[in-house]
Amino acid sequence: MIARLIEGVPRRALILLGLLLVALLAAPLLVGDYGLSVLILVLYFAYTGQAWNVMMGFAGQLSLGHSLYVGLAAYTAAALYVHFGIGPWLGVWIAIVISMAAGLVIGFLAFRFGIGGVYFALLTIAFAEFTRVGFDHFTWVNGSGGFFLPVAQYSVNDALNLRGSPTMFYYILLAITALAFVFCRWLLTGRIGYYWLAIREEPEAAQTLGINVFRYKMIAVAISAGMTALSGVFFAFYYNNLFPEQIFSMNRSIELILGPIIGGVGSLFGPILGAFVLTALAEVLNDVMVALGYELPGIKLVFYGLCLLAVVMYLPNGIWPPLRKWLGLGERL
Amino acid sequence: MPADLILTVAVQGILTGLVYGLMALGLSVIFGVVRVVNFAHGEMMTIASYAAIVAFGAWNIDPLVSMIPIAVLLFALGYAMQAVLINPFINRPEHSQFILLAAVAIIMVNGLLMIFGPDARNVLVDYALDSIEVGPLLIDKVRVITAALALVIAALLFAFFKLSRTGKAIRACADNHLGALVVGLNVKRLYALTFGIGSACVGAAGAMMTLLIDTTPNVGPAFTLQAFVIVIIGGLGSMPGALLGGVLIGLTEAMAGLFFAPSAKTMFGVAILILVLLFRPQGLLGRRV
Repeated sequence: MIARLIEGVPRRALILLGLLLVALLAAPLLVGDYGLSVLILVLYFAYTGQAWNVMMGFAGQLSLGHSLYVGLAAYTAAALYVHFGIGPWLGVWIAIVISMAAGLVIGFLAFRFGIGGVYFALLTIAFAEFTRVGFDHFTWVNGSGGFFLPVAQYSVNDALNLRGSPTMFYYILLAITALAFVFCRWLLTGRIGYYWLAIREEPEAAQTLGINVFRYKMIAVAISAGMTALSGVFFAFYYNNLFPEQIFSMNRSIELILGPIIGGVGSLFGPILGAFVLTALAEVLNDVMVALGYELPGIKLVFYGLCLLAVVMYLPNGIWPPLRKWLGLGERL
Repeated sequence: MPADLILTVAVQGILTGLVYGLMALGLSVIFGVVRVVNFAHGEMMTIASYAAIVAFGAWNIDPLVSMIPIAVLLFALGYAMQAVLINPFINRPEHSQFILLAAVAIIMVNGLLMIFGPDARNVLVDYALDSIEVGPLLIDKVRVITAALALVIAALLFAFFKLSRTGKAIRACADNHLGALVVGLNVKRLYALTFGIGSACVGAAGAMMTLLIDTTPNVGPAFTLQAFVIVIIGGLGSMPGALLGGVLIGLTEAMAGLFFAPSAKTMFGVAILILVLLFRPQGLLGRRV
């Protein structure tokens, strides 16, 4: 299996990946508290972008409502913890099941009725929006007032209940992100990955070749939703507060997909690179604003918008594909 | 609940729905011809609303008057957007187009936020609280006027597409892109014109909307979604469908606000959307593609 994972990947790419991993493992010792919180944000977007990429980048189904899966999972795990004392390591499985079920329902309705392209994207927005308003009135989790987890002391690390210091959260998230990277590589190099690429490029030709298009689209949605559920659970336990207004919002869905789009839709390393680039840009912009003593709401997002515009106009495949070519890393990452 | 209260709310909802319909008409016209979903539609409407608010605040111009120059302004904005940004994307995959317009939308919302701040603004004309008595019903005067104007503008647009040479040429582009190129139509210019016309609709709707609701930069994305819901219910690309969808959504929202909670009203609109997508994906008045 390992042979399959590294087949066709140049040695220098493996070395660079190894170096990156070592750097990320050592990072908490080198950066301060603030730097660590930024790195957690980077990994959060890298992982969630990777999960979205399974659906859009691999199988070609544009979802603009991934905040639905983040939110459902976050609320599930948080409610189980607060109401029944069920810890996150058990709750995460229930959250994954619920997110996958939601994805499968949307996928079933869309793919059965032949809803594709723009209509599918709008359907995903519609479901996320529907759920947002629903949670605003869902009193069991305190509706629009927000749902809060008890905040723990940072001096004790209780990994079993995901209560502890940012460093603990950082390493857990790093492990998840690294595993997701390997998992996606495994998916892409297997039969299912080739089926997805065929469906993405030419659904009708794929059908003609005997690929069960419906089934493999459903699998893509289920895997993507299930992976996204993990970031929801992480979000709930790291930030300790959930508001339907924020977690289910369309803005959040767009924020989640900016990374993979800027990095490179469909590539494996694109979402990770995109998350780094976007977060770094935002931080630099923040620093510049602070240095100039100039605070204006909205300017950060205007800047994001301009970056996004520049990328889609001049680098339609994202930053990573031209970069990997320049670095001579082959086409497979 | 008294019957005349329900009826009053229903009529008000339908009247508001016609203005929603005008807004969605712009989106539908653009999609019907250019085949690009304008993801920045609600944001463009907010720009028009702020223009009306500024015109009223600075020179005391009634939004029902300023809507004409504002529609012209939005026409220019739409024409420029199509000519500069969207034309190079016509043959790109759908997700690229989506992202392009999402980026434009993000810039617009936050640009407005930078200029005007997050506070809600409105226009208070001296007839804002007048109402018209129809039998037992009391109907807001502004709603009657704006609904009537929305219908007039929609009728002008129908006439333009049915009767004028340019309108016919645009419909030709929509029916058969290649055929239109073959007979020598300047498709790119006609696309830009169409985007301009759709934007002018949303400009007029935005100016009128200042009389009906409070404007904040954040209503932009909400109205983008609203416009999608309406045109999909009515049928993407169908002009009467957009008006019908607008009326349906206006009515649903009013009823949901009356019988449930006003904050839950968007849920009902989205629920209708989901039902329509499942059972009649081409929309109520749309054609099967």
